[in-house]
Amino acid sequence: MIILLRIYEDVFLGLFMIDHIEINNYNLYLRGNLLMLKMLYQQIGEYKRDTILTPIFTALEVLMEIFIPFVIASLIDEGIDKGNMEKVYFYGGLMVVLALLSLLFGVLAGRFAASASAGFAYNLRESMYSKIQTFSFANIDKFSTAGLITRLTTDVTNLQNAFQMVIRIAVRAPLMLICSMFMCFAINKSLSLIFLAALVFLGAVLIFVATRTMPIFHEVFQKYDDVNASVQENIAGMRVVKAFVREKYENGKFAQATENLYKMFVRAESILVLNNPVMSLVVYGCIIALSWFGAQFIVSGTMTTGNLTSLFSYVMGMMVSLMMVSMIFVMLSMSTASGERIVEVLNEVPDLANPQEALTEVADSSIDFKEVYFSYQNDAEKDVLQDINLHINAGETIGIIGGTGSGKTSLISLISRLYDVRSGAVYVGGRDVREYDMEVLRDQVAVVLQKNILFSGTILDNLRWGKEDATEEECREACLQACADEFIQLMPDGYHTRIEQGGSNVSGGQKQRLCIARALLKKPKILILDDSTSAVDTATDAKIRKAFAERIPGTTKIIVSQRISSVQDADKILVLEKGRVNGFAPHEQLLRENQIYQEIYQAQMKGDGDFDEKMN
Amino acid sequence: MGHHKHGHPGGFEQMDNQVKWSVLKRLFSVVWENYKFSCLTVFVCIIASALISLCSTLFMKTLIDDYIVPLMAASVPDFSELAQALAYLTVILLAGVICSYAYNRIMVNVTQGTLRNVRIKMFTHMEHLPIRYFDTRAHGNIMSIYTNDVDTLRQVISQSVPQVINSGITIVSTLVSMLVLNVPLTIVSLAMVALMMLVTKKMGGMAGKYFIQQQKDIGSLNGYIEEMLEGQKVVKIFCHEEKAKEQFNLLNEQLRNSANNAHKVANIIMPINANLGNISYVLCAVVGALLALSGYADLTLGTLITFLGLNKGFNGPVSHISQQINSVVMAAAGANRVFELLDEQPEVDQGSVELVNAKENADGSLTETKERTGMWAWKHTNAEDGTVSYIKQRGEVTFNEVNFGYTEEKRVLHAINMYAKPGQKIAFVGSTGAGKTTITNLISRFYDIQEGRIQYDGIDIEQIKKDDLRHSLGIVLQDTNLFTGTVLENIRYGRLEATDEECIAAAKLANAHDFIRLLPDGYQTLLTGGGANLSQGQRQLLSIARVAVADPPVLILDEATSSIDTRTEILVQQGMDALMKGRTTFVIAHRLSTVHNSDCIMVMEHGKIIERGTHDELIEQQGKYYQLYTGNNLSA
Repeated sequence: MIILLRIYEDVFLGLFMIDHIEINNYNLYLRGNLLMLKMLYQQIGEYKRDTILTPIFTALEVLMEIFIPFVIASLIDEGIDKGNMEKVYFYGGLMVVLALLSLLFGVLAGRFAASASAGFAYNLRESMYSKIQTFSFANIDKFSTAGLITRLTTDVTNLQNAFQMVIRIAVRAPLMLICSMFMCFAINKSLSLIFLAALVFLGAVLIFVATRTMPIFHEVFQKYDDVNASVQENIAGMRVVKAFVREKYENGKFAQATENLYKMFVRAESILVLNNPVMSLVVYGCIIALSWFGAQFIVSGTMTTGNLTSLFSYVMGMMVSLMMVSMIFVMLSMSTASGERIVEVLNEVPDLANPQEALTEVADSSIDFKEVYFSYQNDAEKDVLQDINLHINAGETIGIIGGTGSGKTSLISLISRLYDVRSGAVYVGGRDVREYDMEVLRDQVAVVLQKNILFSGTILDNLRWGKEDATEEECREACLQACADEFIQLMPDGYHTRIEQGGSNVSGGQKQRLCIARALLKKPKILILDDSTSAVDTATDAKIRKAFAERIPGTTKIIVSQRISSVQDADKILVLEKGRVNGFAPHEQLLRENQIYQEIYQAQMKGDGDFDEKMN
Repeated sequence: MGHHKHGHPGGFEQMDNQVKWSVLKRLFSVVWENYKFSCLTVFVCIIASALISLCSTLFMKTLIDDYIVPLMAASVPDFSELAQALAYLTVILLAGVICSYAYNRIMVNVTQGTLRNVRIKMFTHMEHLPIRYFDTRAHGNIMSIYTNDVDTLRQVISQSVPQVINSGITIVSTLVSMLVLNVPLTIVSLAMVALMMLVTKKMGGMAGKYFIQQQKDIGSLNGYIEEMLEGQKVVKIFCHEEKAKEQFNLLNEQLRNSANNAHKVANIIMPINANLGNISYVLCAVVGALLALSGYADLTLGTLITFLGLNKGFNGPVSHISQQINSVVMAAAGANRVFELLDEQPEVDQGSVELVNAKENADGSLTETKERTGMWAWKHTNAEDGTVSYIKQRGEVTFNEVNFGYTEEKRVLHAINMYAKPGQKIAFVGSTGAGKTTITNLISRFYDIQEGRIQYDGIDIEQIKKDDLRHSLGIVLQDTNLFTGTVLENIRYGRLEATDEECIAAAKLANAHDFIRLLPDGYQTLLTGGGANLSQGQRQLLSIARVAVADPPVLILDEATSSIDTRTEILVQQGMDALMKGRTTFVIAHRLSTVHNSDCIMVMEHGKIIERGTHDELIEQQGKYYQLYTGNNLSA
């Protein structure tokens, strides 16, 4: 009989590919996040029909299974016992019919469960991805890329499995439990009371085990993740480990952490393994009680032998169901963490919104900063920009220079409203950027980010991000301005050359020039280059700037750079220092008056530049 | 942590059966090695508990035939015999419970202990693998051995093995009991079991195919998500959100479809098997009843009922074993990858020359000391007579006609000749792929040269113990690779016995002190994810501090300041110059300002040194360097 339990257990674990020790966030589950369940419930969407049909067919399947031992009892009592072959055929036939029906319902339930859970997962991914598309930069910064990927993949898979389990097993097990109990009472009330007591005892033990182990597991998995993280660090930083000859040191650290992990696992699992023997104990106890009292009832004629075998079946059914309920409990709590991570994305409110009656026209390309303070955390203590006041005329070229962390990137991010100011305001074309429709604003204010990204696809595909219907001629024109045409022409397939994921088959400088061309295709009123030519040699850099001056004179150009040579020809150069304007004047004037600028100039005039590219 | 139970689709399909077996055998020998006694105990306990469980099933027959039927016939039923029988049974069953607990409990130690041993073995071994191993593999794949593959081992050790043993014993003993009870009924049962196995195999195969398809679809969706999310900010500034969704929806739909198919098939295996079991039960009941009524042999009512009970218990373990086969095969694939890692050839080190702290005696000879003197010596122990000789560590590095390629086919360095005099600052410049980093890989013996000779203070570097060679080099790489821990711990990585003061002094020297002070917990701020909460420039400053605290005789800076702004770089350089005064330094950079004050600048192109000399000499030569430099001035 224990065997029967084992099958159930194994099928259960195997079917859902979940291990019995993977338990997480027990406490979170206990708190029962209703809001989360509600949000997740909404994700079922058009798969509601299949979701409802699954438990219905499961219930029907269970009913058939409940009747089968009943029929067996009749088969034995009325057929075999009495030597009535007709009854044997009748009940045998009935049982076959029930089995076939049970099969049919089981298959249907399985199909609908698969469809509902796959659909649920589909909707989860779709909603999350769509949500991410609405994220502002601040939202994106909050979630790491790796974190979002895990949420979209592993977490969704966890929930998909849990969901399928809930609609199949969570209905089956309690129903089985109740029906079995009911049938037991129908056969013999006093014996059923014994089972009830046994059941309560087993339930208590299961709850005890679950509540004792889950917090430990919760902790263990945290530790386990840490250990894996340290393996990851070692793999990535193997050169450092070897360069410092730290192999033994790392081995010691790892062995210690693994040993601790071992101890915790053993502590948790040694409680968990109580489940099996206790289950045996209760089942055996029932067998003995059943044998003793059953014999007396049969002898006294208040029960039949058929009833006895049925009772055995039902008792087993009840125990297995209880075991399943406890496992559902465990597994649901494990997927709670995944659910929470997903809901966190779905609940994230994009921190930038389009205004009502948004402006759809950018009047001109002038820019103003008025008493701008900015902090990524919206916390005055952590302001990265302070008291910025600037006026930039339409068509001017502005250079921005300053040390690491001086706020260059933060400052330009405000112009296309990638972030909102903490206080003060940024104006483009005379209007507060918060009054514009964001898409309009970003089409007119093109930013070439410091972290350049090209996507897999041809060069043309990538360029057309800037303008979807750009002709090849237009693309080429943009590339000429960005000095990208010269190397594209040399590539085997020219503009149709495929860019690998992450642009790994073009050099840093080439990537930057392609990104500039991509931005130029937007024909923006304002063009911002955030250190976008750092890997481009100075001569080419100069050529690009020359092209800008000649081809797009009306466009306001803002060039952030670490190189004096990149900015010294600008109409004005902004020197940033610790988030404040330190100087804002043409090159000559800064050279006379601004100490920081002088220092940078001195340092760089000894020689500056980049050997990449120039060597080719 | 191990949510990827369907991991590695197809991986095991390429393994032939022989490999699978030898891998499993090796896996079990690993378990056996450390847990001989435990394994034996577990084995005995499993057998005992399986037999006892069978006992409880068989008791039904005894109960009905030997007690209930006679009692019913008796006019005054005497239950004392039954009570005695039940008492015996209770003892036996309790023994079963104890056995069940014993083997489950012991298995916890065996499983977790084996996993711990395997993990430690893997890690220790990995630490001694050559850099080539890490350079030629996706790091995610190595990582997956620690997570997914080790996970499959746990599955097979803790669940599959005991359950297969258990089921096997149950099957055999049930089969024997069934045969003893009634042969024709046994044949009926076996026929149905064969049918169940066939169905399981067929459907399992189908499900497996769909699961592999699902895995592929997950892979392509993953790839897409990864690429797009990595560039999410670009998507934003180009207002490309809707377009990004199109392809996503397509891939998402594909995945939904394959997941649906896979689960559909997997979900219906259970009901089919269970109901085939029910039909088997009916068949046995009908055939049994016919036999009993026709007075066949001694088929009593009790026997038939017991047989029917056995029939139910027989179907279970069969479908159960066929399901375990899948997880065993998966584990074989996982174990195979674990063993592949363990079988990787570790770094070879035939060097015998050691690096020691030394002090110079009045007569110019050297004496080894324990304390740091700032002076080092190469200690050469003669293998034959054990005599020890010391050579002063001066930091002279020479390359003599060195040829090297990462693969046989593609040579990346050609006939490199180089002479770094003690205390010199040597710079390498050149475009990406010119071979600058390769040179540092060779000095530190991350890779070994194929032809030519590299000497360090006149000693061939192969003769120097690798650990000591690397101790003598301070290497700062462009990729900073900080470790989880506090800022202070990260700096101390350079020299484990360094005091807090020394670490802080090193941080000051690297100009990292200013920003560290402003971190929430200063030097005690916890860094995670390789210092994800710091800027790239700050990470570089920390990794420079890490080397500064190591205070090495020779320094290699490979694009070490590439993300640090020019003004800070000058300050850092002043600090480093002070530290490295009189010591040899190799610098790789693409900024002219980083290298112009070097004693010798090597201009590299396509794996060759095409020009060398000081800044002034190179300018005078009017070669490539001059072009670069004046090209720079063109725009100035």
